[in-house]
Amino acid sequence: MPSFSGKLGGLKRKEEPVMTSANADDLVVIENLDFAHNYGAKEVFNGLNMKIPRGKITAVMGPSGIGKTTLLRLIGGQLKPQKGSIKFAGHNIPELSRSDLYEQRKRMSMLFQSGALFTDLSVFDNIAFPLREHSDLSEEIIETIVLLKLEAVGLRGARHLMPAELSGGMSRRAALARAIALDPELIMYDEPFAGQDPISMGVIVKLIKSLNSSLGITSVVVTHDVAEVLTIADQVFIVADQKVVASGSPEELKQSDDPLVQQFLEGEADGPVAFHYKAPSLAKEVLGKDINEGEGHAG
Amino acid sequence: MESRNTQLAVGFFVIIGVLALLFLGLRAANTSFSANGETYKLYAKFDNIGGLKERSPVKVGGVVVGRVSNITLDGEYYEPLVEMTISKKYDEFSNTSSVSVLTSGLLGEQYIGLSPGFIDDTVEMLDDGDYIQDTKSALVLEDLIGQFLFSQGND
Amino acid sequence: MLDKVAALGKTVLDNIAGAGKAMVMLVRALIGKPQLRKSWPLLMQQMYSVGVLSLIIIIISGLFIGMVLGLQGYKILVDFGAEQSLGPMVALSLLRELGPVVTALLFAGRAGSALTAEIGLMKATEQLSSLEMMAVDPLRRVISPRFWAGFYSMPLLALIFSAVGIYGGYLVGVRWLGVDEGAFWSVMQSNVEWGQDILNGIIKSLVFAFVVTWIALHKGYHCVPTSVGISRATTSTVVTASLAVLGLDFVLTALMFG
Repeated sequence: MPSFSGKLGGLKRKEEPVMTSANADDLVVIENLDFAHNYGAKEVFNGLNMKIPRGKITAVMGPSGIGKTTLLRLIGGQLKPQKGSIKFAGHNIPELSRSDLYEQRKRMSMLFQSGALFTDLSVFDNIAFPLREHSDLSEEIIETIVLLKLEAVGLRGARHLMPAELSGGMSRRAALARAIALDPELIMYDEPFAGQDPISMGVIVKLIKSLNSSLGITSVVVTHDVAEVLTIADQVFIVADQKVVASGSPEELKQSDDPLVQQFLEGEADGPVAFHYKAPSLAKEVLGKDINEGEGHAG
Repeated sequence: MESRNTQLAVGFFVIIGVLALLFLGLRAANTSFSANGETYKLYAKFDNIGGLKERSPVKVGGVVVGRVSNITLDGEYYEPLVEMTISKKYDEFSNTSSVSVLTSGLLGEQYIGLSPGFIDDTVEMLDDGDYIQDTKSALVLEDLIGQFLFSQGND
Repeated sequence: MLDKVAALGKTVLDNIAGAGKAMVMLVRALIGKPQLRKSWPLLMQQMYSVGVLSLIIIIISGLFIGMVLGLQGYKILVDFGAEQSLGPMVALSLLRELGPVVTALLFAGRAGSALTAEIGLMKATEQLSSLEMMAVDPLRRVISPRFWAGFYSMPLLALIFSAVGIYGGYLVGVRWLGVDEGAFWSVMQSNVEWGQDILNGIIKSLVFAFVVTWIALHKGYHCVPTSVGISRATTSTVVTASLAVLGLDFVLTALMFG
């Protein structure tokens, strides 16, 4: 991995921990986050800093396997970091008690990669589920709310279907309707475009944008579909190497001359993010001896 | 509505379960003499109780009136002491009654046979905790054979 | 050599950690104030899928096992001229042993594996995570009703199994082989007792219900959320639960009748 140093046009480098008091405009503030799976065996984040502005669409991008989904789970309090703080609207998520955490979770929601609809409930009941769990509204009011949410994602006609009868794009939209059922302040989208055909991808892009602008919901989109997300994001973080390596608006990123940013945005196979998983040189492994003539790393 | 059918099915399931319990309780189990009924205790000392066990029946003329509830060794010479729990329904045994350890059939279980004694003004009735004096021990096959051989030898 | 010792140590540690996780899961699922209005329909739903749907297999197995007991018992007892003891033989074998044990084994295979697979799939499809993110505790919402459903269903199933089995023994012994009907029932009645036999059988099946349901839920909840992981967890549920039932049966029998 090359080290990133030197000034980059229009880019704020995030190598130094930036300690700032929580800004009222930032809904989620992550500071100095260290996280490792399996009791420290697999390090995922090391000194990660991130601020997610309120009411904006923030994209978190990075190569696969870099821990983007893990980041969302950390914000949701499903995982606990080894070090650092994650402030959601001023509450430090890792230190909340169980009941306080559940209270905060009512203010956020997450759209899972698979949609995660409850397979034993119909689309209607899926969307009514959070309402029935967390409110004492009467069935008529719940029905009205559910129909409105379904209308927002264009699935009002599919309310009686079971999740198994929906296509991939439709089930993600139904899950989106469920995610906004309680009018959360924050929606986290986990790879919302993965495995979608171009049309449903366009539909979801449009939905994220319109939910953000009409309801003012803060959105965090974790993805590696660069082209789609750059059209809607207000703020982009690129995560690699266990921390944020670049951030800024889409325009700023496009003008960046950082090799990693360019590799990622252009989708080049090899570059700062190596094509090969860490391994001894091919010659050494195949021939059993080291050949010094630059044959080592393929690519 | 589907949840109503579910509830009905579960309801039937519970009813069948309770019916099974009733069937087992009333048809298969011994309800005439339950451990919960009113009982009193009698004691008897034997020389030898043979194969008598706790929970062996106590019978009067073949009718079960109680069960052996405890077997211990008692006294200076370690005589087997049998505690019998008898149903309160049968509390009119005189202290001239006798008990013996009997065997049901040739290979069967051993039980206690209780023979009620005569009743007149001079005898008292057995109460809770009383001892039955007149006891007859179990027949032990080896002893019988030994006696038989001994008497053969004397001839 | 040292590697093997280390591997053994890891296995032991993993097992202890697994048992600890299972314990934490159960405690967290069962502790807390019950919300009757919400949990009653969930319990009904689970009683249906765990209990009612197991009814057919329980009734059919019970009938056949009772009939086999009647046939075998008759063949053995008739040699001693003791075929009147067929009733207690059938009833006591069923009430004390076969009812609770076979029910628990069938339950582990039929309902336990289904529970594990269902919860494992819910985990793999992120349904459990999404419950958590919706501020609904999956332990209370998913694990707890399934646990109670298993705990209540199995003793009922075991009672049904024993009752049907005794009827099967009666069919073969009395109707087919000609044991005297009066003797069949009366000898049974004089040998079977509430506290000693029926109650102990119920206690056994409560213990088995606890263990089998717990194992099934734990294996599902803590499975590796992939297709291989779920299939392993399902197999592991049946194997572990069956072994646990047979082992515990010995311990309980020794305590109750030893």
